[in-house]
Amino acid sequence: MSIRLAVGQGSCGIAAGAQKVANALRPLLAGSEVQLGTVGCIGMCWLEPIVDLYENDTLKARLVRVQPNHAEAIAEAAKSGDLSGIAELVIQPEDSAFLEQQTRIALRNCGIIDPESLESAKAAGAYSALGKILSTGMTPEDVIEVIKVSGLAGRGGAGFPTWFKWNAARQSAGDEKYLICNADEGDPGAFMDRAVIESDPHTLIEGMLIGAYAIGAKEAIVYVRAEYPLAIRRLENAICDAREAGYIGKNIMETDFSCEFRIKAGAGAFVCGEETALIESLEGQRGMPRLKPPFPAQSGYWNKPSNINNVETFANVAWIISNGGEAFAAMGTEDSKGTKVFALTGKIRRGGLVEIPMGMTLRQVIFEIGGGIRDGGTFKAVQMGGPSGGCIPASLLDTVIDYKKLAATGAIMGSGGMVVMDDSTCMVSMAKFFLDFTAKESCGKCVHCRIGTKRLQEILTRITEGEGQEGDIELMEELCNAVRDGALCGLGQTAPNPVLSTLRYFRDEFEAHIRDKRCPAHTCTALLHVSIDAEKCRGCTACARNCPVYAISGAVKEPHEINADACIHCGRCKAVCKFGAVIVE
Amino acid sequence: MQCECTKQKSDLSLLEPVLAEYAAVPGSLITILQHAQEIYGYLPTDVLYRIAECTGNSPARVLGVATFYTQFRFQPVGKYLIMLCDGTACHVNGSARIAAAVQEYLHVENGGTTEDGLFSFSIVACLGCCSLSPVMMINGDTYGSLTPEQVLEILKDIQAKEAAE
Repeated sequence: MSIRLAVGQGSCGIAAGAQKVANALRPLLAGSEVQLGTVGCIGMCWLEPIVDLYENDTLKARLVRVQPNHAEAIAEAAKSGDLSGIAELVIQPEDSAFLEQQTRIALRNCGIIDPESLESAKAAGAYSALGKILSTGMTPEDVIEVIKVSGLAGRGGAGFPTWFKWNAARQSAGDEKYLICNADEGDPGAFMDRAVIESDPHTLIEGMLIGAYAIGAKEAIVYVRAEYPLAIRRLENAICDAREAGYIGKNIMETDFSCEFRIKAGAGAFVCGEETALIESLEGQRGMPRLKPPFPAQSGYWNKPSNINNVETFANVAWIISNGGEAFAAMGTEDSKGTKVFALTGKIRRGGLVEIPMGMTLRQVIFEIGGGIRDGGTFKAVQMGGPSGGCIPASLLDTVIDYKKLAATGAIMGSGGMVVMDDSTCMVSMAKFFLDFTAKESCGKCVHCRIGTKRLQEILTRITEGEGQEGDIELMEELCNAVRDGALCGLGQTAPNPVLSTLRYFRDEFEAHIRDKRCPAHTCTALLHVSIDAEKCRGCTACARNCPVYAISGAVKEPHEINADACIHCGRCKAVCKFGAVIVE
Repeated sequence: MQCECTKQKSDLSLLEPVLAEYAAVPGSLITILQHAQEIYGYLPTDVLYRIAECTGNSPARVLGVATFYTQFRFQPVGKYLIMLCDGTACHVNGSARIAAAVQEYLHVENGGTTEDGLFSFSIVACLGCCSLSPVMMINGDTYGSLTPEQVLEILKDIQAKEAAE
C-alpha cells in the first residue's frame, strides 16, 4: 500500500503558507514509507493551505487550513493510518460540496497531479489526445471539425467560435504561421488562467500543440503576465520536459509534425489582452491595437497568419479530442456549449475556482456552490466581466449562464471573474474604480477611449466626493455611448459598461450621491456624517484618544462630541468604540 | 545647462551578455529591457541609450516602449518592494485601508521609496490571488487576508530583521 501526502502549492496556497507546511512535513516523513508530493490548486481558496492524503492513489482525506504546527499530527496519522488525531482538520461535508457540484474539464487535473512532473501528467492522460490525432491519421481538417461540433467558443471574453478562427488561419496562404496563447490575464478578479498554468501546464501545451497542428503552425508562443512568476517557472519546466520526451520540437512522436515552443513574459499592460495589441507587444513595440481587418488569421505576428486563443480555451481542447465534440456539446445551452470556469471572489463565503456547465443560474453558483454572502451580509450585486463587464443585481440572480443571456443584462461572460458584492459596496465608487482602471490602462491611440474614459473618471470622482451636479447622469450616458461607438478596440468599446450597467440597476444610488449628497452604502468618505449618540456614550475617551485630527472633545465620563468641520470621516472612532455610540450615516 | 543623462555611470559591461544574445533578434526589445531591469533594479538612462545604440532603435523609441509598460521603473527601488493589489476583489475587501496603513507607517506615497531606501511602495493591478484578498507581495512573497494590524507586523518584522543585520 502506498501512502502519499500532497500539499496544494499554487500561488494562493503558497501565500496561505503551504510551503511552510511542506517544509515542516518533509523531515518528519524522511525515512518513512509515506511520500510527500506537490500538487497545484484545487480551487478551494478559502480553505488553503490544503493537504490531501492518498492511499494507493485514492483520496482518503482532505485536510484543510493546515498550519506548520499540525505537521507532526499529520505525519503520525499518515504513517499509522489512524486519522483520529487530525479529525479536526478534515474537510467539512458542506465544504466538499463545493467541488461535488462542479463539472471539471479545463480544470480536470488541477490540484490532483504534480505540475512539475510529466509522469504525473501522463498518468492523468496528458498527450494521449495528441497521440490519437497523430497515430490515427486525423487531418487538420478533421481536428477543426471536432472542435466545430463541440461548439467551443473563446473563453477569454469575446466568445468567438474557436473552430472558425482555426479554420481561417488554416486557410490563409503561407507556410509560416504562428499559434499564440493569450495568458495575459489582466482582468482584475480573474485567476483561472494562472491556476491552469500553475497546476496543469501540460494540458495547456497539449491543447496548443493540437491547435498548431490544426492551423499548420510551426511555432507556438505563450504570452504570459510577468506578475505570474510561479506560472512562468512551471510552464518553462513543463516545456523542457515535453521537449525531452519528444512532444515538442522536430518530428513530434516520430511523425512529420514539428512545432517549437516559447514563452514571452508580458511587461504589464492590460490592453495587451486585446489580440492585436498583444501581437504588437510580441514584436517588441508599445502594445497598441491595430485596426481590423486584416484579422490576425490573415496578417498577425510579423504579418504572418496567426491564431490567438486564451488559456482556458486551450485547456478544453485535449479533452474534446479524447471524448469527442458531441460529449462537450451535450453540456450547456443552445448558444453556449460545454463548461466555463469562474473565479468566485469578493464577499462570498466559499471563494475559489468554479467550473460548471453553461446553463446554471447565477443563483446556483453564488448561493449553492459559493455558500452565499459571508459575514452575514446581504447580496447586492455580482460583477462579471471586469472592466469590460457590468454589475448584475439581485433581481436578475436567476439569469442563466450563457453568452447571450448574460450580455442581455448589460454584463458579459468575460474571462470569468465573478466578484460578489454585499450592501457595504457603493455602486458609484465601484463604477469609479473600473473607470480609474480603464483610464489608466487606455493605450492612448484613439481619442474616444483616451479622453472619454478620462472625462468619465473625472465625473465619477466628482460625484463620489460630493461635488455631483444635476445633469451628470445624462452627460455620462452621452459620453458612454460616444466612447462605445468611437473606440478602436475592445478595451475602449466596452469601457463604458461598468457605468452603464450600474446606472441601469442602481440609478437611485447615483441620485442619492448627486442630489442628497449621501452615500447609501456608507463608503464614500466625503459624504459621510459621523456623530456620537450621547445616550450610548460613556465618556471612556477612546475615540478622542484615537482621533488622528483631534476632532473629538468631551470630559471623562461625559458624552463626547465630534467637530464636524475638523472630522475627516476616517471611521477610526467607530472602530474603537466599545459601546456602539458612534453613528456613521 | 548640462544634460543630466550623461552624469549617470552604470556599469554597462553587465549588459553585454544580454545584448549579445538578443540585440540582433527582431522583436526582442521588451525582453532586453526586462533583463536590464533585473541587472540594475531599474532602467538608468545611460542603459536605455546603450540599448538603443545596439538594437538600432532611436532612444525615443526605446523610452517610448519602456514607459508604456508598468513593469519598468526609472528610479532605483528600495531593498523591499511592496506591491499592494488593488484588483476588484481586493478593492471590495478593503485594500484602501491597507494602503493607508502602509503609507502612514512608512511615510511613503504610492510609487515612492522610504528615505532609508529600505521600502518602495506601489499599488498594482490584480496579482491574481483574489480569494485571499486583500493581498500584497513583498519581493515575490505573497501575503493574504491582510488587516492593517497584520501589515504593520509584517513591516516591523522586516525592519527588525534589517536592524539585526
